[in-house]
Amino acid sequence: MKRAFPILAILTAILLAYGLYQALWVAPTEKTMGDVQRIFYYHVPSAWTAGVLFFANFLASIAYLVWRNTKADALAVASAEVGVVFCTIVLVTGPIWARPVWGIWWTWDLRLTLTLVLWLIYVSYLLLRRFSTSGQTPVIAAVLAIFGTLDIPLVYFSIWFFRTQHPQPVIGGGGSIDPRMLHAFFINLVAFTCFGILVCWLRFRLEVRRREFEETQALESLLEPRSVS
Amino acid sequence: MSYLYAAYIVTWLIHLGYIGTLVQRYSRLRREMQELEREP
Repeated sequence: MKRAFPILAILTAILLAYGLYQALWVAPTEKTMGDVQRIFYYHVPSAWTAGVLFFANFLASIAYLVWRNTKADALAVASAEVGVVFCTIVLVTGPIWARPVWGIWWTWDLRLTLTLVLWLIYVSYLLLRRFSTSGQTPVIAAVLAIFGTLDIPLVYFSIWFFRTQHPQPVIGGGGSIDPRMLHAFFINLVAFTCFGILVCWLRFRLEVRRREFEETQALESLLEPRSVS
Repeated sequence: MSYLYAAYIVTWLIHLGYIGTLVQRYSRLRREMQELEREP
């Protein structure tokens, strides 16, 4: 992965640039909303990537609870942190899209509220990791992450089972979409997923190195000769 | 159009800001590792 990283980073940058070009210039303008609908090409792929990363956090948390594998714990921290970044983008781009279309920045609609709750769960997870000094922190955080993941299907299905302000899904929801819009959407979906995985990998490497450094530091302080008074 | 540009700009500002913090954390860790190696 270390050698492949620069190649993957360049490919992802090309995909992101191509996705931006598709979203802004190639995809046709939506008839009702106009150009502001193009926020869709960043908003939805960001939500998808956040979901993928939170699911990775869920799997890593289970792996840590079962095998007590420290690398699984490091992956859990990395995926949660990068997932929060993508979820923040969803919560910021959503209101920017809602203002010209709905006339309001925010409403306590089920989909929006559950997304905010999801963000708060993972922010509390990161705060727990950051400030708790107990040796049991990784276990408590893993349990919190498993319960936090339960919110993801609730966020996704909230617009299927309840009447909400948030629009129904166009893809997979019975609606029709222009093939050029679909193309721009899928390019951005792939580009954002690759970007999320790459950033998560960087964060994971940092976490592993930091833990190795702390172990070395602890060992060195144990081996240091102490002066006898 | 301004809403569209605002959304795209904010997205990249958040991403670049986060990558900036990662770079900062990497360089701080590297500095700490070098200091530990230099210690007698």
